[in-house]
Amino acid sequence: MNKNIIEIENLKTYFESSSGLFNRNKIITKAVDGISFDLEFGKSLGIVGQSGCGKTTTARTITMLEEKTSGDIRYFNESTNEMISLDGLDEGEIKNFRRNVQMIFQDPYEAMNPRWMIKDTILEPLSIHNIGTEEDRDIAVYEMLKTVGLTPPENYLNRYPHELSGGQRQRVAIARALVMKPKFIICDEPTSMLDVSIRISIMDLMINLAKDLDVSYLYITHDLAVARYMCERIAVMYNGKIVEIAETEELLKNPIHPYTKRLISSIPVPDPKYVRKVYEVTQKDLEQIYSLDENDTLFDTGNNHYVATHKVEGLI
Amino acid sequence: MSNILEVKDLNMQYKTSEGFVKAIQDVSFDIPEKASFGLVGESGCGKTSVAMSLLQLQSDNAEITSGSIVFDGTDIVQLSEQDLRKVRWFGISIVFQGAMNAWNPVIKIGEQIREAIREHYPENSKDQNTEIILDLFNLVGLDQTVIERYPHELSGGMKQRAVIALALSCQPKLIIADEPTTALDVVIQDQILKEIRKIQNKLGLSLLYISHDIAVIAEMTDLMAVMYAGRIVEIGKTTDLFSNPKHTYTKMLLESTPSITGDRKTLKSLEGEPPSLIDFQEACSFSSRCPSPTKECKDGSISMKLIELEDGHKVDQCCYRCLNE
Amino acid sequence: MENNIIKKSKLTTFKQNFNRFKESKIGMVGLVIVIFFGFLAILQPFLFFTGMWDYSTYHPVLGYDAVPYTATVVECPKEYPTENYNTRADCPSLNEISIITLRPFMPEVEIGDKVERFRQPAPPSRSHILGTDSLGRDVFSQIMEGSQVAFFLGLLSATLSVFISTILGSIAAYFGGIVDAYLMRQSDLLLMLPSLPLLFIISAFTELKVWHLALVIGILGGLGGSVITIKSQALQVKVKPFVDLARITGGSRMNILFSHILPNVAPLAILFMVFGVTGAIASESVLSFLGLINLDMSWGLMIALSQADGYISAGFEFWWLVVPAGLSVTLLAGGFYLIGRGLDDIFNPRLRKR
Repeated sequence: MNKNIIEIENLKTYFESSSGLFNRNKIITKAVDGISFDLEFGKSLGIVGQSGCGKTTTARTITMLEEKTSGDIRYFNESTNEMISLDGLDEGEIKNFRRNVQMIFQDPYEAMNPRWMIKDTILEPLSIHNIGTEEDRDIAVYEMLKTVGLTPPENYLNRYPHELSGGQRQRVAIARALVMKPKFIICDEPTSMLDVSIRISIMDLMINLAKDLDVSYLYITHDLAVARYMCERIAVMYNGKIVEIAETEELLKNPIHPYTKRLISSIPVPDPKYVRKVYEVTQKDLEQIYSLDENDTLFDTGNNHYVATHKVEGLI
Repeated sequence: MSNILEVKDLNMQYKTSEGFVKAIQDVSFDIPEKASFGLVGESGCGKTSVAMSLLQLQSDNAEITSGSIVFDGTDIVQLSEQDLRKVRWFGISIVFQGAMNAWNPVIKIGEQIREAIREHYPENSKDQNTEIILDLFNLVGLDQTVIERYPHELSGGMKQRAVIALALSCQPKLIIADEPTTALDVVIQDQILKEIRKIQNKLGLSLLYISHDIAVIAEMTDLMAVMYAGRIVEIGKTTDLFSNPKHTYTKMLLESTPSITGDRKTLKSLEGEPPSLIDFQEACSFSSRCPSPTKECKDGSISMKLIELEDGHKVDQCCYRCLNE
Repeated sequence: MENNIIKKSKLTTFKQNFNRFKESKIGMVGLVIVIFFGFLAILQPFLFFTGMWDYSTYHPVLGYDAVPYTATVVECPKEYPTENYNTRADCPSLNEISIITLRPFMPEVEIGDKVERFRQPAPPSRSHILGTDSLGRDVFSQIMEGSQVAFFLGLLSATLSVFISTILGSIAAYFGGIVDAYLMRQSDLLLMLPSLPLLFIISAFTELKVWHLALVIGILGGLGGSVITIKSQALQVKVKPFVDLARITGGSRMNILFSHILPNVAPLAILFMVFGVTGAIASESVLSFLGLINLDMSWGLMIALSQADGYISAGFEFWWLVVPAGLSVTLLAGGFYLIGRGLDDIFNPRLRKR
């Protein structure tokens, strides 16, 4: 029985843009510059980083919205019971992959077709993959609305996105993501556009559903506190690379990489009496190399805690 | 220590095609000199309306129906437009959210700040103004080359520092910061917040900090008020409110904020949505979302009013009764 | 149990939308006007079919009705004013006829005789609500015929135009690259060409019947500037997260084009279509007026005939030859425009007052 649902190895996604007359100057943006991680069944991994670090591009590359430049993405194929690379898959196999991967976006309104009713939005995955009869699908949609807490479902089936609140829309997005019972959902900052008081209800919903339906999350956020709440393991990304990856509490207690230390030091704490633990990070620290072999991207410090081994520049 | 700002029973409503929206209801608070005051609440609670009303910058369809805003001894609600201009920027200035959009993209930063200074100090010479700008940049941690730069050449953090410099340019006594760091990375946010605190202490300014993020409020403010549906539901010293919250909403806010420190506790959340501000009700505006409302909360037999506990800690009387019975 | 609820909901969408449309007063005014003219268009064949009108009298092109009146023969004086007439134009007056006019046909007639004459064009009367034109044809019948032409031409050309531009625009947006580049250059080319002179030239080469004209206007319109606007709208839709989601879920390109992009582009397209009808009707009347179409009857033709016979310059005396036709063009073209404005409200639900 395989442990991992997704294995990413040395993934790189570079974007090319040209400027100058006759497209002579090529500018290469290394959005994702060699990252590797595994995601286990039923577990959740958080990717934390600031804007521009490449976390969204990572999500888009794994879901094949963007084309990867190099590296390997492997997923667990149920029928063959082994990890298969996404390279060279034919259309049918790719469609099979897509049955098991879904995504929840940051903006709940933009993630739904404004001309479609709620029920059509949730139905879409089922009709694309031709699952069940029409009656089966209608029942599935109805049940899903109940599951995400939009009850009574009759009140929501025929509504349009603009008639719902932000929290309700995000629940619809979750319903849609789960209706095909995928193995793995990528969440791109799903609560950052919601009011503070309802964020927890959405996050709790996602946690409970993960347990009930045995789904893994790849949770992308810039907020380390949210990642702590949602994820068992956290990877910290900077400038297209993963600089540190460890279990959540371990990462917060013993950060090793200077960037992680910097990040943790900067987060405000909702307790006026608390004096933040500040990690002093000097410029010299930022240039430290942990191992002589610069080709290794992650160095195992034991304890399932990996740290990047290459130089990190320009953090200030 | 006297108060630089005293807001008393402020009421403001917006006229819309569907009726009057009561954005601010019976809001009262005082900001002492050199103190830092936080205003916390979710979207639509009225905190930005409060900020706008302090500068009398509310939109055309907004109307202050009653109450007073006494800044440094003068009620600015009664002032004429001309006199208001003296208060704005000299007395009170503001740092907005989204500094990226505050700058005119085709004019250099230095020139834009200069323009603001010229408006308020027309007799200054060009060199005097340059001196002022250099001092300001020093204060906010910007290099002097920024004067000749265009906005698009600066990073988000630098632009926000420039906005702070702009806000300080006429030596105000009170600065309003309305979610000044929401669009910024957490590392930059930390730096900017430290700058603001440093400047505040150095220049002896008062600060009104508005945010939905209670973690930031915890670190930045000495006094705070929690707003919900246009009213203040609890107000007092920041330390008091965090260690001993008396209103259910305040408690829920504290219990629903994830943190990286302490135990990974289970967090609680609020169901439902903030109420519509159009219909005026006697009943507690929070009762529809309260996890344990009493009969009195819902039928409006107790009207909403702040009562004082000890040491300046005030809470809305319905909730206080409810929690202490 | 749940299935009934779900099935019932499918019917209500159209009703919901129509209710929203009703809220827009402008749209309703436009709709009323268009329905009125539609009714006129249908009324004519109905009247013929039920025998209330007979072909020989009321046919808009071939009918003839003589409206008789009795005229007194007079001799017009050589100098004016006299006791009966003020100026030369007053003689002969409405129920009189000059002996000089009659002499060639009825040599024995004397001054003071009463003769039977037929009035052409005849002013509105009981049998002819809007009178007859200079060839004795019923004007109201002509208006109704013109209404048919306008609807046919307008709707056909607008539909064709919108169909072409929506598909081309969406393809350009979705596939990009060379396809997009070619389509944009093609649009640029067509934008450069002035439409009316182009129609003149085309009419010089071929005989333009109504449906020829509809085709030409439709195709020219479809390949032109609207492709660019639709493409930009389609591009905006293409980058929305819900399209990404559809791709992630495994939707095919065609699937996404038809179920996501086109429906979101459709509102704009329909708006174009409605305004296109306006343009088509106006173009037709201009072309008819200039005599460039081979049409039996249309509003533009009515005005053209009146002008050729000099009735327009005669002032308001023969108003029924000019006003009904002109007013119809304006009203129907305007009516479609108002519907377009009303539709705007439905298609932009977020902009509606909330």
